[in-house]
Parts: sequence; C-alpha cells; structure tokens
Amino acid sequence: MTAKGIHIEGLSKRYGEGDTAVLALKNVNMQVAPGEVVGLIGPSGSGKSTLLKCLGAVIDPTAGRMVLGNEVIFDDEWKVRDLRALRRDKIGFVFQAPYLIPFLDVTDNVALLPMLAGVGNDDARKRALELLTALDVQHRAKAMPSQLSGGEQQRVAIARGLVNRPPVILADEPTAPLDSVRAMSVIRILNDMARRFETAVIVVTHDEKIIPTFKRIYHIRDGVTHEEAGEGRSFE
Amino acid sequence: MISLAGRDILHAWGKFIFTGIGLGLLIGVTLTMAGVYRGMVDDGKVLLDNSGANLWVVQRDTLGPYAESSSIPDDLWRSIRTLPGVAEAANVTYLTMQVGRGEKDVRAMVVGIAAGEPGTSGWPPQLVAGRQITRGHYEAVADIATGFRLGDDVKIRRNHYTVVGLTRRMVSSSGDPMVFIPLKDAQEAQFLKDNDAILMQRRRTGANPAFNRPGVPGLLDAVIASQTSNNSVNAVLVRIQSEYSPQEVAEPIRRWKRLTVYDRAQMEEILVGKLIATSAKQIAMFLVILAVVSAAIVAFIIYTLTMDKIREIAVLKLIGTRNRTISGMILQQALVLGVIGFVVGKITATFAAPLFPKYVLLMPIDSILGFFAVMVICVLASVVAIRMALKVDPAEAIGG
Repeated sequence: MTAKGIHIEGLSKRYGEGDTAVLALKNVNMQVAPGEVVGLIGPSGSGKSTLLKCLGAVIDPTAGRMVLGNEVIFDDEWKVRDLRALRRDKIGFVFQAPYLIPFLDVTDNVALLPMLAGVGNDDARKRALELLTALDVQHRAKAMPSQLSGGEQQRVAIARGLVNRPPVILADEPTAPLDSVRAMSVIRILNDMARRFETAVIVVTHDEKIIPTFKRIYHIRDGVTHEEAGEGRSFE
Repeated sequence: MISLAGRDILHAWGKFIFTGIGLGLLIGVTLTMAGVYRGMVDDGKVLLDNSGANLWVVQRDTLGPYAESSSIPDDLWRSIRTLPGVAEAANVTYLTMQVGRGEKDVRAMVVGIAAGEPGTSGWPPQLVAGRQITRGHYEAVADIATGFRLGDDVKIRRNHYTVVGLTRRMVSSSGDPMVFIPLKDAQEAQFLKDNDAILMQRRRTGANPAFNRPGVPGLLDAVIASQTSNNSVNAVLVRIQSEYSPQEVAEPIRRWKRLTVYDRAQMEEILVGKLIATSAKQIAMFLVILAVVSAAIVAFIIYTLTMDKIREIAVLKLIGTRNRTISGMILQQALVLGVIGFVVGKITATFAAPLFPKYVLLMPIDSILGFFAVMVICVLASVVAIRMALKVDPAEAIGG
C-alpha cells in the first residue's frame, strides 16, 4: 500500500431538489497527510457528519474530487465500482461508541475485516493480535466486548479501524464517552498509530479536552470549512 | 471466514434454545396431528387385516359393515360357501356401544364372531393372554386397550360376559377397542329391547286378534318368538382360495345373491376415503394452521433477533460486509432455530404419542417431510428479516 493520505477538492453535497434543496457541504477542501491527525470541529448541523459520510463513501457527494492514497476515488462521480470494498480496504472507522460486534471475541472483532477481504482466518487473527499488542490490549484477546472497560473497547475499535492498513481513518467523536485521562490516551494512540502506519486520521469532535492536541484543525460551519493551526499540545 | 450466525447463536444460546423449545413444542403438536391421521388410516387397515377376509359381503347398495349399517340373513353364508373359489365364509356383526366395566363403562366395538376355531375370519388373530372363546355364550375376548383383565366381568346390554382372552391392536376404524363375543349373543345384543318394551310388545301382540287365534294354538308364541329373535348379521367375511382372484369370486355373489361385495382395496377406499375423510380434512386444516402459526412465530423471532442487531448490521455493512454474508447470517440462524425446533418437536411427539387415547402413528416419512417443511418455513420466515437487514443504511453507524 502506498500511503498518500487524503485530498479533497471542492466537495459539495446537496440534499433534495429545487426549492427544498439544502446545500450541506459547500466547496470543501481538505488535505491530510499520511501520519497526520487533524481535527474537524463545528457546531451541530454544521455538516460534520455529512462530510464524514461522504469521506466514508456511505453517501454520494454532489460534486468535487477525492483522492485516497494514489487513487482518485471521486471526481464528480464515484470512480471505484465497489464502494463496499473501498470502505473495507481503504477507510478505517472509529465511532463515538465502539460498536464492537457483541458475539465475537476481541480478536475476531479485529480479524473480521481482513477475513472479509479474503485473508485466511489464521493470518487475519495473527494480524489482529499484532495490533492488539501494539494497543496494549493483547491480554484481553479472548474476552468478549461486554467484558471490556470503555477504554479497552475503544482501543479494540481503533485496532479494527487499522487492521486493513487503510490510508485514512475517520474517527467520529472517539473520545465522547471517555473521561479526560482515557480521552487523552485514545488521542495518543491515534497519533502513534497514524505515524506508525502512515495513516491520515480525521477526528470529528466536540471534545474541548482534546481539541488543543491537534496541530491542524478544520472548522466547519454551514457546510463551509476553513483551516487553522492548532495548539499541538502534548497528550499528557 | 468465521460463521457469524454460529457465533451469535453461541453468544445468545439460551435465547435460541428456549425459543427453539417453544417452536419445537408447536412442531411436536404438528407431527402428532400427522400421527393421529396416520393412526386413523392404520386403524382402518389393521381392522381389515385382522378380520382375515378377502371379501366383505354386505347388504346391497350399502357401504357396510364399517361405514354404514348393513343387514343380511344369517343363513346366507351357507350358500356363499358353496360358490366357486370360496374357501371360507363366516358371519360377523359389529356394534359400537358402551360396555359395562365395573361401575363405569368403556366405549368399544362389540364383534360377534361365528362358531369355529382360531383363524376363522372375524376371530382375533392372536392373543396376548388367556384363550379364545370356546363356549357358545357369555365369554369374551377383549382388546387390552379396553382396560379389561382376564376374568373380568363385561356387561353388554343385560348380559354379563367373562373375559377369557386379551388381544392387542384390535380396534375399529375410529379407534375404539374391540370386544369379541359369540355371534348369537351379539345378534341378540344388537336388537335386544329392554324388559318393559318386550312386555309391552307381547301385550300388544296378544291383544291383536290376527295373532291370538283360539283356533290356532301356538301362533301367538311363534309370533312373539320371531319378534324377539334376530336372524340378521352385518356381513359375511369371505376367504378365497389361493388360485382365484377376488373379482372372480365376488362377481357370482353380486349376480346370484343380489348382494354388494367389496374386496380389500375397495374396503380400504371406503374406510380411508370416506369414513375418515372428514376427520382427515379436519386434521389437514389443523396442519395448515399450525404451519402458518409456526411460520409466523419463526418470522417474528428472527425479525426480533435481527432488530436487536440493527446497529451491528449497520457497522458490518459500513466496514464492508457483503449483503450475502449478512443474509446468510440471518438465514442460518433461522435454519438453526428450525433444526432445534424440529429435534425438540420430534422428541416431544415421540414421547407424547403413547399418551394419546387413540393410536398415533409417527411415520419416518412424515418426519422427513416435516423436517423439510420446517426448513422451507424457516427460509420463508427469514425473508422479512433479511429484507429489513438489507435496507439498513451503513450511514446509521456513523450517526449525525
């Protein structure tokens, strides 16, 4: 995999037609380099979730261009045929709640993605264990999600997002349910993993605790983004 | 690839097992209903087998002796016996009634058998205890299902009989156990009036000057005797010689004796196609209703189980799980539920069948058909849940 981060130009999304049309995203431009973690912040209804869904290939943008790694995936229309495979192989997701599959143990929750991509069970589990070790939850590898603490669940969710080595990770409020210590731990892990796997990470957040840790922040309001430098504080 | 359905089932095994047990009880009832129908058919066939006859000679244009009443003279068997191809002809009467058993009574088919020896048509072919009837009056052989034991007293009409033998699986087409008594006693039982009625009739006959003629002594006694005796039987059971076909023997009886004759196939058609046809339709309706209820329950359970996993399904779709993997998961769960239900149902039906008052025959073919029907029902029932799962938008996992 060649990691080139994600590059977005002039992305717009319109809901509805005619008089009832709502322009949720207006000419959004973003660029996140491999190994970089940027924040995406904005009030409710500003278009954060719409942007995340467009980047996650779960809704169709109306216009614009998106380049993921070396590949143009959208240029006024999708350039990849199988969006499901795109999501599976090229985009990692970390959600507000971990949303682990309750009937799979920790290892298989992480190994499921490579398995879905056709990797053999043993290889997929080996890959999952490597990540769980990197995230320091290898000792819970056989536990069920319900047996984990909130912080452990979120680390497993991060491992799941990373397991297919995607060029980009979309994290939707990943620290919302966590206290400040665990929230900082998650942000540190995301930064470590981004550097280690050369993954571009976009963190959508309202969390005042973690906003100062970003070196770059995209503000979004009424579907329009503008970039500013962040404080880039230490995670401790 | 791991089995998502298998993991989900193992994770929530209690839910699946208890749901499967509930479904299984319903399937058990369905299999038992099929067994009740099979039992009725088998009762009819056993009735014919045990009679030992190849042909049934009955009153003209009747479906006797089992499906309709039939009355023919009791000396007719002699002339039938002389026809070509007839190896044996024996009178028989059938009367379904309540027979006294101590203070209580039991429903039974009282069979009047002609004098003869074991193996004679109409006689019980084998006994499980005691002996066959050897006296001309007041001895009985009873099916074990009547509850009688050897030496018990059976009250039929006014007369008392002693149980000298016990037999098994000797039942009427409606499942009533049989009680065999001598033919003469049975003929009397069929037409015996109560004492008051006899007294009244004698008085009425005596008052009739046509019967009570002073110049014809003995006429009144003869008339009264004829009124209280019965010279009819319900059928003549005919056993044919091996070198003759049933049709060859039946045809002369029909032509010369002006009687109706049924062979085994025709009698089976009467019993199965006519006598129990309404019951069979009733049971078929129950089976259809039970199948629909089973399908509805499976559909509801699978739908509910899928609804509980909407968020997980959205996540699975978001991370790239194919629709067929998700559909397969739901379908497999429905099938597993069906298998659990079928196993429970089969065990339930097997243990419950002997407890039924009538014979319940669980045939392997019904179980096999039932299994496939359950599988088809489960597949159809999972369609609603699969459709719903496929409509889940992966964007739901992101929220916003």
